[in-house]
Amino acid sequence: MDTTPPFASLDACPPGSDADFALSGRLELSTVSALWQETRQRIAGPTRIDASKVSACDGAGAALLFDLHRQGARIAGLRPEFQRLLDSLEPDKPFAPGKLAHRKPLLIRAGQFLHDWLLELRQQITFTGAIAADLADLVRHPRNLRWQDFLRQCELTGANALPIISLIAFLIGVILAFQSALPLRQFGAEIFVANLLGLSLVREMGPLITAILLAGRTGAAFAAEIGTMKVNEEVNALTTFGFDPVRFLVLPRLLAGLLMAPLLTACAEIVGLVAGALVLEGFGIPFNTFFHQVASSTNLADFVGGMVKAAVFGLEIAAIGCLRGLATGAGASAVGSSTTRAVVQTLVILVVTDGLFAMLYYYLKI
Amino acid sequence: MIAPTIRVENLRCGYGKRVLLDDINFSIEAGEVVTILGGSGCGKSTLLKHLIGLYKPMSGRIEIGGDDFVGASGALRERILRRFGVMYQSGALFGSMTVLENVRLPLESFSDLDEKSIDLVARLKLRQVGLEDFAAFLPSELSGGMQKRAAIARAMVLDPAILFLDEPSAGLDPVTSAGLDALIRRLAEIQGMTIVVVTHELASIAAIADRAIMLDRDAQGIIAVGTPAELAEHTDPRVRRFFLREPENHLTGS
Ligand SMILES: Nc1ncnc2c1ncn2[C@@H]1O[C@H](COP(=O)(O)OP(=O)(O)O)[C@@H](O)[C@H]1O
Ligand SMILES: [Mg+2]
Repeated sequence: MDTTPPFASLDACPPGSDADFALSGRLELSTVSALWQETRQRIAGPTRIDASKVSACDGAGAALLFDLHRQGARIAGLRPEFQRLLDSLEPDKPFAPGKLAHRKPLLIRAGQFLHDWLLELRQQITFTGAIAADLADLVRHPRNLRWQDFLRQCELTGANALPIISLIAFLIGVILAFQSALPLRQFGAEIFVANLLGLSLVREMGPLITAILLAGRTGAAFAAEIGTMKVNEEVNALTTFGFDPVRFLVLPRLLAGLLMAPLLTACAEIVGLVAGALVLEGFGIPFNTFFHQVASSTNLADFVGGMVKAAVFGLEIAAIGCLRGLATGAGASAVGSSTTRAVVQTLVILVVTDGLFAMLYYYLKI
Repeated sequence: MIAPTIRVENLRCGYGKRVLLDDINFSIEAGEVVTILGGSGCGKSTLLKHLIGLYKPMSGRIEIGGDDFVGASGALRERILRRFGVMYQSGALFGSMTVLENVRLPLESFSDLDEKSIDLVARLKLRQVGLEDFAAFLPSELSGGMQKRAAIARAMVLDPAILFLDEPSAGLDPVTSAGLDALIRRLAEIQGMTIVVVTHELASIAAIADRAIMLDRDAQGIIAVGTPAELAEHTDPRVRRFFLREPENHLTGS
């Protein structure tokens, strides 16, 4: 093995000799950096380089020789093995010009954006249609559902989400009760906290908070899981086996979302009310009185209205999560962007849906 | 400078409590090309992952350049790792970067070359594996064999002292595979790189290997070591089966 210390240099040859410059030493990744810059400054155009004193040459060294050769330098005296290394890089073959992605004009970009947007809209409509067809089919042939999967998704979506949803509902109950009890106490009207808490939890806060948590917890999981399956060609494998990905992957999740969101919402409402009752206990209002007041101010229609809304939320969360998963492109980063889009789109849709429900219930006088 | 030699003594490795390989002993000299052979699932990738320090062995000793690698920590471990080039069985390219960016990444972080030189070195590596026209592609836009070649380019971009390749020629056509074999031999002969290759290709083994180490799942260890020619003449029936491409008994029903 060569034991010269890692060093490489470029020296000008005395006038009259065979070469203009002499390269010597070890041309290695650790030594060529400075040398490379030196050659850029000193060597331009056709020169003759004596490389007989090069004692080692690795990939980076060969790249330097390649660069010199490409600039028009004639390199002579290289050891045969280094010459072989250089030749294997085919120094006379030009590089394919690197394609630079240049920015397209505004009009084209706007058109592209619209085109993508319409394509996505179409994708969503197709997906909605596929889901509707499969759901209708399911009603006629309930055996077609993979019940095992459905139960597992129910566990993941519903049972496992209970702790976090209870925690947040408890917090919201405490905050709402406490913050409204303080001003109401000035009028001796603390008892009406029960009305406020009951109505707002059952009609709005319960379904919405549950849905937001589910969007972050479950919608994201659906998008990431199905997206990863897409990237790994597992979805293709399903299709080749004749399984319909929508029926196989989407339906169990959709039904789980549809069923679990109202159940979780009901739990959230109960926990929230208990939290409120605990706070009012501190304001001297007994449990019993509180729940009487809730029962007298909140009716069944309020509750059912909230449950229907929660079910629709659950359906939307699951559907968007699955759709984004199935629409995932290629590569690990695509899974990340699918997941992000799933959560963001779900949140937007939730707000819109909530507004629509508010209008609907207003006209129905519920 | 870390000398590119590997010494393994009484190595036992596996996952969890499950022992896959036991009593592994071998050494690899500088500039040697050694292939690791063995049936599917016998622990070839596992051995490789232990050699590069991804997993701690259950017991035994691994020396790199004469230094204990298993117990090494801090600067020494860093210094050893810096001299490794690794191509994983799945390629393991970074999916959010183009092929060229994948190859450039180690140079940008661990060399003091300037922008233009980095670009040239990276492009030359891609040329060596026949992918220079695909520099701007994302890994997901390449075929499996092309991803592997890009991963090889990335593994050798820092001119490592020891190069580990996990099944580099799986999924390649014979012509490309032969080109890769020539590249591996050049790296070893001209740059003195030590190269450890996991492979099944009989043609590759004969073309590149100075020595081959054969593992066996049932024996949980090495059953033969030698030059490709020696192994081809080996008397052990398990080795013979491998080189004669005979199926195992339970597959033929005899
Ligand atoms: N990360 C892991 N955890 C547990 N077991 C593993 C892991 N990776 C591989 N194995 C097991 O180790 C055995 C050998 O695997 P591997 O080394 O990949 O085989 P091969 O020789 O085909 O490369 C296999 O039986 C596999 O099930
Ligand atoms: Mg393997």
